[in-house]
Amino acid sequence: MKTALGFLVALTVLTALAFAPLFVGPYQLGLLIGLTGYVTLASAWALFSGRTGYVSLATVAFFGIGAYTVAVLSETMPYPLVLLVAAAIGLCVALLVGLATLRLAGVYFVIFSFGLAELVRQLVTWFETSVNGTLGRYIFLPLEAEHIYWQLLALAALTLLLTWWIQRTRLGLALKVIADDETVASHIGINIAWTKIALFTLSAIIMTLVGAIQAPRWTYVEPAIVFSPTVSFLTLIMALFGGASRLWGPALGAIPLFLLFEWLSASFPNHYSILLGLLFIIIVFLLPRGVVGFIEDKFQRKSPADLVEKPARVKEADQ
Amino acid sequence: MTTITRRHALRYLGASAILLAAAAPIAATADDRTSVKIGYAVSKTGGNAGGVGITTLPNYELWVKDVNDAGGLELPDGTRLPIEVIEYDDRSSAEEVVRSVERLATQDEVDFILPPWGTGFNLAVAPLFDRYGYPQLAVSAVTDKAPEFVKRWDKSYWLLGGGHDYADALAKVLSKASSDGTINSKVAMISVADGFGIDLVTAARPAMENAGIEVVYDVTYPAGTTDFTSVINEAAASGADSFVAFSYPPETFALTQQAQVANFNPKVLYLGVGTAFPVYGKNNGANAEGIMSLGGIDYNNPENMAYRARHEEVTGKAPDLWGSVITYSSLQMLQEAIKRRGLDRDAVSDELSNGTFQTAAGEITLEDNQLRTLWLTGQWQDGKFVAVAPTDRDGATVPILPKSAWQAQ
Amino acid sequence: MLMTTLIAGLVLGGSYALLAMGLTIQYGIARTMNLAYGETIIASAFAAYLLYNNLGISPILGLVIIAPAGFVFGWLVYGILMRPLVARSENTATLEINSILATFGLLFVIQGVMLVIFGGNYISYNYLNFGVEIIGVRVAANRLLALGLALTIGGGLYLLLTRTRWGTTLRAVAVNPAAAPLVGIDANRAARFAFALGGALASSGGVVVSMYQTFTASSGVIFTMKALIVVIMGGVGNLAGALFAGLILGLSETFVAAYISPGLTIAAVYIIFLVILLCRPAGLFGKVQK
Repeated sequence: MKTALGFLVALTVLTALAFAPLFVGPYQLGLLIGLTGYVTLASAWALFSGRTGYVSLATVAFFGIGAYTVAVLSETMPYPLVLLVAAAIGLCVALLVGLATLRLAGVYFVIFSFGLAELVRQLVTWFETSVNGTLGRYIFLPLEAEHIYWQLLALAALTLLLTWWIQRTRLGLALKVIADDETVASHIGINIAWTKIALFTLSAIIMTLVGAIQAPRWTYVEPAIVFSPTVSFLTLIMALFGGASRLWGPALGAIPLFLLFEWLSASFPNHYSILLGLLFIIIVFLLPRGVVGFIEDKFQRKSPADLVEKPARVKEADQ
Repeated sequence: MTTITRRHALRYLGASAILLAAAAPIAATADDRTSVKIGYAVSKTGGNAGGVGITTLPNYELWVKDVNDAGGLELPDGTRLPIEVIEYDDRSSAEEVVRSVERLATQDEVDFILPPWGTGFNLAVAPLFDRYGYPQLAVSAVTDKAPEFVKRWDKSYWLLGGGHDYADALAKVLSKASSDGTINSKVAMISVADGFGIDLVTAARPAMENAGIEVVYDVTYPAGTTDFTSVINEAAASGADSFVAFSYPPETFALTQQAQVANFNPKVLYLGVGTAFPVYGKNNGANAEGIMSLGGIDYNNPENMAYRARHEEVTGKAPDLWGSVITYSSLQMLQEAIKRRGLDRDAVSDELSNGTFQTAAGEITLEDNQLRTLWLTGQWQDGKFVAVAPTDRDGATVPILPKSAWQAQ
Repeated sequence: MLMTTLIAGLVLGGSYALLAMGLTIQYGIARTMNLAYGETIIASAFAAYLLYNNLGISPILGLVIIAPAGFVFGWLVYGILMRPLVARSENTATLEINSILATFGLLFVIQGVMLVIFGGNYISYNYLNFGVEIIGVRVAANRLLALGLALTIGGGLYLLLTRTRWGTTLRAVAVNPAAAPLVGIDANRAARFAFALGGALASSGGVVVSMYQTFTASSGVIFTMKALIVVIMGGVGNLAGALFAGLILGLSETFVAAYISPGLTIAAVYIIFLVILLCRPAGLFGKVQK
């Protein structure tokens, strides 16, 4: 009953959003694209990192792989197939990385994932310049902004749906136990390794697709553009800001932050960095538990169940 | 049963937040024509800020000040309207620059948009300039594909030439010096693994071959490289008299320093972006003498000298000796086209394509929307970065080769 | 050839190590991840440049002014920004998240202030840029200075941490901040001191590196990430680890440039980093405690 109602509301909202391009101007549409992109990235990030406690900075590695795949293949095969190939590449890389990083924890995993993203960028650059003898690539696809928006919206909805579904399955339960205590988890027979890898891979495929879908907007793609570490940082900050262990947390972090960035950079182009930084510090002090936590504190009385769930956290290497 | 639980409440909250964000309308200001709105999005922060800070932004600001000090932009009927600037920071992100230009065109409804910095970013916004009918005077974009782009986007203008232009000019300088017996016919080349470096080096390979210069060392390095010890050693060991680096400013500075430390004295030393910065001449003093690069200026051109003096006076620093004057000139072209044809963007674009303009860089007439009269090679001589190629253009200085050995500082 | 590559690698690695030592102390002892670390380096580089360019004060002398300034700055940042977060966080994991978010803000503030004051231009000047002959290999004097400073600071602090009572206090706080007060240690004071010390080291690194490396107001992040790589590879909080990791990275960069391809130097750095982490998940000198 409650679930049905929730779905009804979500579906209404989704429909409303899908019709948005008919009513807004190109700039608002661009805003919606950026927003949906980051909501999806942050939700996908939280799907793995928010639930396992492994903070990843590899977001842009997958995002960039997606964008580059489109740039390389857009002239040679039909667009849907390109997206499939991008997803497949994302899957393979994610599996490799997932298997390799099983032993890493805490900040070691954080920096490892960052190094990985940079390595991918370096290798793509080297391959393009030394083997192909070119660097930038052009994407001339007949895709309008609204097409990109609809694809992203669908992906965002799918991501949230998957997150919701996973929370309800055995996998979700396993994740809760892992996030609390890995030793306990392994004792009660949860296959930690595969749970983590499955989730990491899923989250990586979504990130790859975000990059692949957004790439046609830029016409010109080069590693410095699509592998910019800023994407990883923004995704992480948005998800943490919203509350990474909750279904709506990343979205509730991404939306206000994205709009805030936009407003600040438009209104104060010369003091953007200073204001942004100050606001960030204020936010950290005022919203210690993220947006979701803040809303809960403000509007709900705490039930004992609330105390069980914890905000995303970095796992200690030396626990 | 129907009690709304916390989770559901949150779900509604999340949904309504998305709705709010999507529906947030921003009122467009009425156009009462007391000003001409000029907008631009450039990288004030992030990785591109260094390039923007020297070639693009100071010139935009200088031009706006110059125009407004003179009473504003002149229209065909002789009236003047002041410029109102709307500026955004694209934070060196492709997504941001695309959205900012969309915003300028559709939200702020500015009269003209000045282009961003960099080849990639100019390409990223070209479809938007085209869709909304804005002329795009792309300066800080070196590309050999300009003719194709002009076909695709007929209001795009490409003012800094392509890799072939610079590579051919360099190859000619080398082949002349080689046939004079000043240097041998071998060159060692390195290039930054970036759109700029690759564009130039792929053009340089055939250009060198046609000019009878043998490329004996040819490697690419990633942007951000700080140590060039082995590159310099290999280049020195290659037996080439000429060393060419299609580099970015940090590496240009590093190469200059490290060549001195290693006592590496090629007879021709050609470095990339950064060599034409005034600070390069200042930092390296006598050791800058003879070093070559892209660009250069004609110090006997009074308009250019006047521009340089004003730039220094207003912005507090000297402009670079390659793209800056072109950036300012492109704005003068826009200003003059508006004076001749008014604020109608199609008419202005037509004028930009076909008109002849007096600018700080001399008289400019575009060919197929491209500026073809450019200084392609420059050399530091007596503390000035003079233009040495094309040699047949008025104001060209004769290159001094070989470059003298490093002096102890 | 081999000798040249070896020496060049050591010298390059020296500057990596120098730039990472402050961070390993801040992160290892004060337990706060300082994302604004690179901005401290750049601010100091600007200061050195201004002193040299405008007042004619040599960067070596500038070091005497700027390093203490970095200490004071670190001291203030910890007291104003970090201390309340430390008090609020119930465990080191939440502290890590909070310090990441707060210093991410600080990063923007410092960067924004530098952009307003200096603009986005590339800054570079020449100082001590002459060759010094070492076992037949010419090395830039300014880079040699960086290596020397890294070895001196690394060695000095190592001795200080392991041989003095004061060092034992700091290490105790690093190992267990909660239990340190039980043996009469003022954990807050120790952490604050360590954070400030890290600031002083970052400043020294910034001054030295400004002599030979071009920088802009926006390039702090590059230094932070490079430092993080070195810190993690060496093992968090381990000075000797940072020194070794820096040298290994420097050597791998020059050897790859000389024997494989200059195009793969940075890729090689990351490959070595990733491989070392895969073999030793807590870094070269880190201990996984179970």
